Amino acid sequence: IKEQEETEAKAIQIGSKDRSKKRVEASCFVSMEVGRKMANMLGTDHDLNFKETELCLGLPGGIAVVAAGNETESSSSPKTNGKRGFSETVDLKLNLQSKESTMDLNKNLDDNGSKEKSGSAKDPAKPPAKAQVVGWPPVRSYRKNIMANQKNSSEESGNSGAALVKVSMDGAPYLRKVDLKMYKSYQELSDALAKMFSSFTMGNYGPQGMIDFMNESKLMDLLNSSDYVPSYEDKDGDWMLVGDVPWQ
Amino acid sequence: MVCKSWYEIERWCRRKVFVGNCYAVSPKMVIRRFPEFRSIELKGKPHFADFNLIRLKRMVVTDESLELIAKSFKNFKVLVLSSCEGFSTDGLAVIAASCKNLKELDLRDCEVDDLSAHWLSHFPETYTSLVSLNISCLGSDEASFSALERLVGRCTNLKTLQLNRAVPLDKIANILRHAPQLVEFGTGTYTADVRPDVYSDLAGVFSSCKELKSLSGFWDVVPDYLPAIYPVCSKLTSLNLSYATIQSPDLIKLVSHCPNLQRLLVLDYIEDSGLEVLASSCKDLQELRVFPSDPFGAEPNVSLTEQGLVAVSLGCPKLQSVLYFCRRMSNEALVTIARNRPNFTRFRLCIIEPKTADYLTLEPLDVGFGAIVQYCKDLKRLSLSGLLTDRVFEYIGTYAKKLEMLSVAFAGDSDLGLHHVLSGCESLRKLEIRDCPFGDKALLANAAKLETMRSLWMSSCAVSFAACKLLGQKMPRLNVEVIDERGPPDSRPENCPVDKLYIYRSIAGPRFDMPPFVWTMDEDSGLRL
Repeated sequence: IKEQEETEAKAIQIGSKDRSKKRVEASCFVSMEVGRKMANMLGTDHDLNFKETELCLGLPGGIAVVAAGNETESSSSPKTNGKRGFSETVDLKLNLQSKESTMDLNKNLDDNGSKEKSGSAKDPAKPPAKAQVVGWPPVRSYRKNIMANQKNSSEESGNSGAALVKVSMDGAPYLRKVDLKMYKSYQELSDALAKMFSSFTMGNYGPQGMIDFMNESKLMDLLNSSDYVPSYEDKDGDWMLVGDVPWQ
Repeated sequence: MVCKSWYEIERWCRRKVFVGNCYAVSPKMVIRRFPEFRSIELKGKPHFADFNLIRLKRMVVTDESLELIAKSFKNFKVLVLSSCEGFSTDGLAVIAASCKNLKELDLRDCEVDDLSAHWLSHFPETYTSLVSLNISCLGSDEASFSALERLVGRCTNLKTLQLNRAVPLDKIANILRHAPQLVEFGTGTYTADVRPDVYSDLAGVFSSCKELKSLSGFWDVVPDYLPAIYPVCSKLTSLNLSYATIQSPDLIKLVSHCPNLQRLLVLDYIEDSGLEVLASSCKDLQELRVFPSDPFGAEPNVSLTEQGLVAVSLGCPKLQSVLYFCRRMSNEALVTIARNRPNFTRFRLCIIEPKTADYLTLEPLDVGFGAIVQYCKDLKRLSLSGLLTDRVFEYIGTYAKKLEMLSVAFAGDSDLGLHHVLSGCESLRKLEIRDCPFGDKALLANAAKLETMRSLWMSSCAVSFAACKLLGQKMPRLNVEVIDERGPPDSRPENCPVDKLYIYRSIAGPRFDMPPFVWTMDEDSGLRL
């Protein structure tokens, strides 16, 4: 059940990021999250009533989406009036690691991934496996992933090879990496990401009107449509619109 | 109304100006009020973000701005950019080339577009006035070591030098040889193949630094090279090992050599055992910051618990400032800590998993934090975490009368919580809240309080758009800014909560340099889009 909830959650969590490709200290997760309220997920997990804080989002088809996967909540929560601007955002947290670290990191990521999926029912006193909460814990970008950096340290002099970025998608069985240096524009990156996750195919819109972005064409639509705007979180925890900073 | 003569005297005599929020007042107003100032400190974004001295914190600074500073202020002496971004090494090159009297260049925690390390060569050969240089944030791939060495060599007044990670260990000896008078030094990467000649060179050079009081840097530490700094340890008052990924035994050895330490920044690799040694060795300790090595891991990777904090609170009588990341806490421990150390002025506790209860009793941590505010009567800054109800805010409102800054996340049950804080904390200047069920009632009931504070930040709470509009309408001296990437707030129902809210007092009126997803609620009760 937990797994299903998380799949339906559609969170593509995205975190901040690093403007300077060469910044060796900075590293943070990449997970992609459709900008739903993280608090919602936490709220659901911890069984607290966060109804008041739920976003009023409308998806294509005009059905409001509320707490992740919890049907009772979503049926009683406020609905949107249908009009929206940037209804969901796709944000990237960039993680720069050298190539040689890929193995280690993928291992870490797989571990994290499987933790999320096997979820929580083991110990009721323990909170369920958490989704990444944006901006929490409050550590600055250059303090994140100290452990991973430790593994990298011997390889990293900054200018070798790729500017690799980890990309994860909730519900996907594994994560991927993209080399930023391969792309000359945000559009190219978008296209590449769409292709990358196209192998996860599922149905179209689910019964509750939630977008299933596992489907390639849907994802392409998502990434290309004006309803979705890429943004990133800078080291202050502020969400910045992608494109403000020149690609270079 | 202040006496007019005093007002005038102040006006002509004031040399230093501090602006805690750059949007609270306009540059014109500052210049009109204090036409003779020589030093200015400006803060931009909130924290959850001298013509001779400029300090900028959390601001976007462009290369053009740096050029403007360089060209406009011929006698420019000090530039401190703290957590700023938006500029590159090109801007730094202009500063280096133009500011002949520059004494201090400090780029702490900035995000700099690192285009080239050669900006350092722009300091002319005749330039010798550098006293303090902090470039630890730079990432340069190709570092211009010879330019750096020459710069250090000719600036004989250099007291502070903080290098970046790109500077390898074997270059440090040469640099230090040119600057034995240094008081503060930050290494680059502290790793190299272990070679006796490199080691003894390094140890020798550290021994000759008789004035050294503060060390930092230590990226990628190889423990074998640590003893090279032992000669200076007994004089050290400040040690920043927060990038040093070494384990507890090595940390313990190091810390045991530093009996005069006043300030320690370290990773949680130090563990409870290391903190116990710290508590017994460093009786002068005033500030401790313990950072998480694996903040996103679901399970603890080190044995660092509340016990470590209890130990230092007991053993270090001068401890007043703490930042502590851990994974479990108990009310009992917090009460003990509060009783041990009533002289805390800054207490920031981050229990990594949100809403973590007391691990012994499974209760909320209200009583524990309540004890902190009750016993620590001079507490100025507090950060809460763990499972907390409205109760803790009642304690805070009742006891924390000197509290100036409060950070809250994932806490509280209702508006009552926020009301306690806004109505009780007389000295409150900055309040930042995220993911709490606080809504309109408390905010509107305490609207007048907001004018006595520098700023309020609320994100992922329950404040409606309608309330924001009302506040904007009724409180002309407040700037009420709604930050929402979902689009204009009026495209959703009025009772819909806003995503982020930033309220600050200002005599400069609303600002006009907002990005497209920020809206000001003003007296016209419409939106400026």
